[in-house]
Amino acid sequence: MAGRKWLLEPDFLVERDPDRCIQCQVCVRQCANDVHSYDADEEVVRSDSSTCVGCHRCATLCPTGAVSIRRAQLEFRPHGSWTAHALRSIYKQAETGGVLLAAMGTDRTHTVTWDHVLLNASQVTNPSIDPLREPMELLTHLGRKPDRVEFHKGDARKVVTKLEPQLALQVPVMFSAMSYGSISYNASLALAQAAKEAGTFANSGEGGLHQDFRKFGGSMIVQVASGRFGVDVDYLNTCAAVEIKIGQGAKPGIGGHLPGQKVDAAISATRMIPEGTDALSPAPHHDIYSIEDLSQLIYAIKEATTYTKPVSVKIAAVHNISAIASGTVRAGADIVVIDGYRGGTGAAPTVIRDNVGIPIEFAIAAVDSRLRQEGIRHQASLIAAGGIRSSADVVKAIALGADAVYIGSAALVAMGCHLCQKCYTGKCNWGIATQDPYLTRRLNPDIARRRLVNLLQGWALEIKEMMGGMGINAIESLRGNREHLRGVGLSDRELTILGIKAAGE
Amino acid sequence: MFTSVRFQSEKDISGCAISGIMSESGKCFNGEQIIRSIANMHDRSNGLGGGFAGYGIYPDHADQYALHVMYETSEAKRAAEAVVCEQCDIHADEPIPTRALEQIRNRPILHRYFITVKPDYLGQHYDLTPDDVVVELVMKINSSTDGAFVFSSGKNMGIFKGVGYPEEIGRFFRIDEYDAYIWTAHGRFPTNTTGWWGGAHPFGLLDWSVVHNGEISSYGRNRLFLMNFGYKCTLQTDTEVITYIFDLLMRKHKLPLHAACVAMAPPFWSEIERMGPREQEVARTLRMVYGGALLNGPFSVLVGNADGMIGFNDRIKLRPMCAARKLDMVYIASEEAAIRVLCDDPDDLWHARGGVPIVARLKKPVHGSPAPRPGRLTQ
Amino acid sequence: MKRIVAREEFCIGCRLCEVHCLVQHSKSRKIIKAFRDEREKVVPGIKVESSGHVSFALQCRHCGEAPCIEACMTGAMARDPETGVVLSDPDKCVGCWMCIMVCPVGAVARGANQQVASKCDLCIGVATPVCVANCPNEAIVLEEDDE
Repeated sequence: MAGRKWLLEPDFLVERDPDRCIQCQVCVRQCANDVHSYDADEEVVRSDSSTCVGCHRCATLCPTGAVSIRRAQLEFRPHGSWTAHALRSIYKQAETGGVLLAAMGTDRTHTVTWDHVLLNASQVTNPSIDPLREPMELLTHLGRKPDRVEFHKGDARKVVTKLEPQLALQVPVMFSAMSYGSISYNASLALAQAAKEAGTFANSGEGGLHQDFRKFGGSMIVQVASGRFGVDVDYLNTCAAVEIKIGQGAKPGIGGHLPGQKVDAAISATRMIPEGTDALSPAPHHDIYSIEDLSQLIYAIKEATTYTKPVSVKIAAVHNISAIASGTVRAGADIVVIDGYRGGTGAAPTVIRDNVGIPIEFAIAAVDSRLRQEGIRHQASLIAAGGIRSSADVVKAIALGADAVYIGSAALVAMGCHLCQKCYTGKCNWGIATQDPYLTRRLNPDIARRRLVNLLQGWALEIKEMMGGMGINAIESLRGNREHLRGVGLSDRELTILGIKAAGE
Repeated sequence: MFTSVRFQSEKDISGCAISGIMSESGKCFNGEQIIRSIANMHDRSNGLGGGFAGYGIYPDHADQYALHVMYETSEAKRAAEAVVCEQCDIHADEPIPTRALEQIRNRPILHRYFITVKPDYLGQHYDLTPDDVVVELVMKINSSTDGAFVFSSGKNMGIFKGVGYPEEIGRFFRIDEYDAYIWTAHGRFPTNTTGWWGGAHPFGLLDWSVVHNGEISSYGRNRLFLMNFGYKCTLQTDTEVITYIFDLLMRKHKLPLHAACVAMAPPFWSEIERMGPREQEVARTLRMVYGGALLNGPFSVLVGNADGMIGFNDRIKLRPMCAARKLDMVYIASEEAAIRVLCDDPDDLWHARGGVPIVARLKKPVHGSPAPRPGRLTQ
Repeated sequence: MKRIVAREEFCIGCRLCEVHCLVQHSKSRKIIKAFRDEREKVVPGIKVESSGHVSFALQCRHCGEAPCIEACMTGAMARDPETGVVLSDPDKCVGCWMCIMVCPVGAVARGANQQVASKCDLCIGVATPVCVANCPNEAIVLEEDDE
C-alpha cells in the first residue's frame, strides 16, 4: 500500500521571494508539516507545497515577509456542480478509502444570515445614548427564573420569592466547549484564566477538568457528555455549572473522537481512560434514550450538586429544534444551549460537518418564539452558539432571543488559529489543537489570555455602542427585541421565521 | 390580524404633552381645569391626537363597566354588540354626547355601554374574575372585530380621545360637563401621519389609563414578555405595553407599587451593589425576574387608576415631568406652566427624578391597600 | 539593573532572537542587507540551545562578579560604570580567549574576524534589547534584578 498517492493535489502554493529571503530558517523550524527545508549545499531554503495546510505560521514569523501562501494554481475548468471541492473530495476518498475528516466549522458557502440582518439606530424621536457618558449595562444572569415575585404579606419591602442558582456574566459572551485533549493544556489554561479575568465563563468540554484548572472552577462550566470523561463528584462540585452535552452543531447525531495518539499521560489522567486509547464518545448518551431519561439525568446532577448549580443542556440545531428545546426546558434544564450548523469541532466527518443541522439564526428565533408561545421562556436561559464572529453577530443573536452566546472558533482565532481546518492531525502549528510538546510550547498562555480578554473587552465596548445607538441602556431590553432588526435579501418565509421585518418596513 | 386600513403595522411614535390633576380627598372637580392645562401646552402637539381620562364621572353606574367604543360602520357596531351580549348584560347604552366642532372631522360612531358580566358565564368560567372576562372581551373585539375599537373599559371612569388638538377634543366630548376626582390629558405629536382615533392617548384597559410622552426602545422585548402571560399586543403602540405591564404586575401578580416601578425603571446594577442587604435582595430579584418589563427609552408616563395617579420617568430622565401639591390637590404635567395656569401658589413644586415615581393616592381607596407610608420611593 | 531572563517553557526554537541580534549589531541595521552582506561579519550575542523539544535562548548574564573581567589580561572586558553592563573593548582585546574559557555559561564567542571576543552587550542605547522585543512568544523577558 506504500507509494505515492497520485490523485492527491496540493491545496496551497508556497511562494518565496528570493530577494527577501535571508535563509534564516525560521520557517524550516516552525513548520510541523515539513514544507520548508534547508539545502546546505546550495545554502538556500526550499519549499515543498504538497504538504502545506495554509496555516500561515511561516509567513507570520518570517522576519522579512518573504513567504506568501496562495491557493493551489491547478485550476479546473469551471463547473457549476462539479466544483474543485467536490472533485478533490473524491480523489482523496479514492486514495484512502476512509471517512474524510475535517475540523472547525463548515466552510460551505451557504448564506450567512447574520450578514442579511441589520440593526436599528435611534434618531429625532428617541435619542441615542452615549456609552462613554451614560451607564450601559451588559450584566446578564443565566438560570431558571420564576414567573413572578411574591412579597411578604406583612412587609411590602421583603421578598418571599427565592431565586434558583444563577450565573452572572459581565459580558454576554462565554467560551464554548473545547475539550482538553482536542486543544492543548496551554490553550485550556488561557481560556480558564481569561474567563475569570473578564467575569464570564469557559466550558471545559467533554475532556474532564485537569487538576490544575480546578482553581478556576468558579469560572468554569463542566460538561457531562456521552463518554462521561472525567466525571466524578469532585468535578461536579468544583464548577459553577454543569452542562449535559446531547449534541454539537458541527456534527449533530454523532459523538466525539479523540485519536489515541493525542491521549498522553496527562489526558489519560484527566479523562480517566488508559493512555494511548482512542477516546470515543458514543452518539447518544446510552442512558438517555428519550426525554424522560434526560429529565432523570438533569435531576441526578442537581441532587449530586445539592441544587446549588444551574444545569445546562446543549443541543445541536436540527429540524424540530423548537419541540426539542421545549421538551428540554420542561425536563428541568436551567439553561439551554443551541449549537448551530456552523459550529466548530476538533474532528468530524466532512460530510456531516457540511450537511447536517440548521443555522443558528433560524434555530434561536424559532426556539425563542416557541418558548414564549408556550409561556415557558423565562424558565430557562437560551445560549446561541455556532459561528459567532463579531460583536454585531452577538447583538443580533440577543435581539433574536438569546440570553448570551458561546464563542469557540472566535476564541481560537483570537489565540492565533488561522482556520486551516487540520486540528484532527494534531499538528497545529499554533500550539492550540495539539498535544505534541514541540508545538504546545508555541502558545504562551499569558499572551493567549491577554488576547482573549482583549477580544471580550473590544466586543463589550462595541456592543455598548450599538445598544446606545438603539436607545437602549440595559441588555434586558435588547433580548428578543426583534423590532430593532431588519432583513435584507431574505425571502418572506425567512423573515417570518426570524420574526423580523424587511428593511424599509 | 386586522386588515383594516387604520391598523398600522408601523410602530406608533407617541408625542409630546401630558397633564394630570387629582384630588386626594376624592372631591370631584370640573373637566374645564384639565382642558385649560393641556391647552397651555398647545405647541407640544401637532393636532393629530388628543385625549382625556376622568375618574368618578359615572357615579350612577359606579358598579358597572363603562365601555366606550368607536365604530367605523354600523355593521361593526352590530357585530361588536353581539360579542358583548354573549358574556355581559347591557344595562344602558347611548351615543357619547358630543358638540359640533368644525375642526373635528372624520368622526367614527362613538357609543358607550354600561355592562356587568353575566353571573351564568362567571359560574361556567370559575377560574376567571369579572375583570379577566372584560379584558378578554376587549382584546377579542379589538383584535378580531373589524371596524370596532373599545377605547375605555373601566368602572366609573371614561377615556375620551380622537384626532385633533386636545382642547378641541375636550370641547368636542363636552369634558367641561363632567366632574371627576382624577383627570389626565394628552396631546400628541406622532411622526406617522395617519390620524386614527384609536391611536390617540390615553390608552386604557379596565380602570388603567396611560398617557405617555416618549418612545419605548424596549418595545419589542416588552411585547414578547407580555405574550408569555397571554397579553396580545395588537396595536403596535408603545403605550399598550405600559398599560399591560401595569395590569400584569399590579393586578395579576399583586406587586406593591414600589416593586412595579423598580421592575419598570430599575436602578443600575452599580447602584444595587451599594444598597443595604434587604433592599439589594428586593432590587436584584425584581430586576432578574422582570427583565422583560424594563422600559428603555425616554418616557414620561402618567398612569391613572381608580385609586390614584402615578407619574414617572425613565431611569436616565430624558423627558420632562413637573409636579406640585396644594392642600389635597396634586398636579403632574410636562411643563411647569401647565400647572401654574391652574394653581399659581402651590405648597410644593418639584421635578420628577429618573425612575422614582410620583404617587398621588386616594385617602380612602376604592380598592387596593391604603396609601403607603411616606418613604424613599414616594414624593 | 535590568537583566534578560529566558523562560524556557515558552521558547519555540525559532531563533528569531539570533536573527535580530545580528541585524542590530550590523552596520546597515537593515535585515535583508545585513544578511546579504554582513552575515559572516557579525556574531549574534544570543544563542538558542536545544535538545529534543526543549530549547531556550542563552546569552551573557552580565554577572555581578564576572569571571571574564577577572580573567581578562588587558582590561578589555570591563563593566560599564553607568549601566552595569559587561562590555568587551575590541581595541584592547588581544584574542587570548581566557574569557571564553572561564565563562560558566559559555556566553562569549570568538568574533567574526576571529581576533576579538564577542558577546551580548544588552543593546546599550536601545530602550528594549531587540531579542526581547522580537521574541514571538515572550520567551525572553527583561526583568529588574535586585542585585
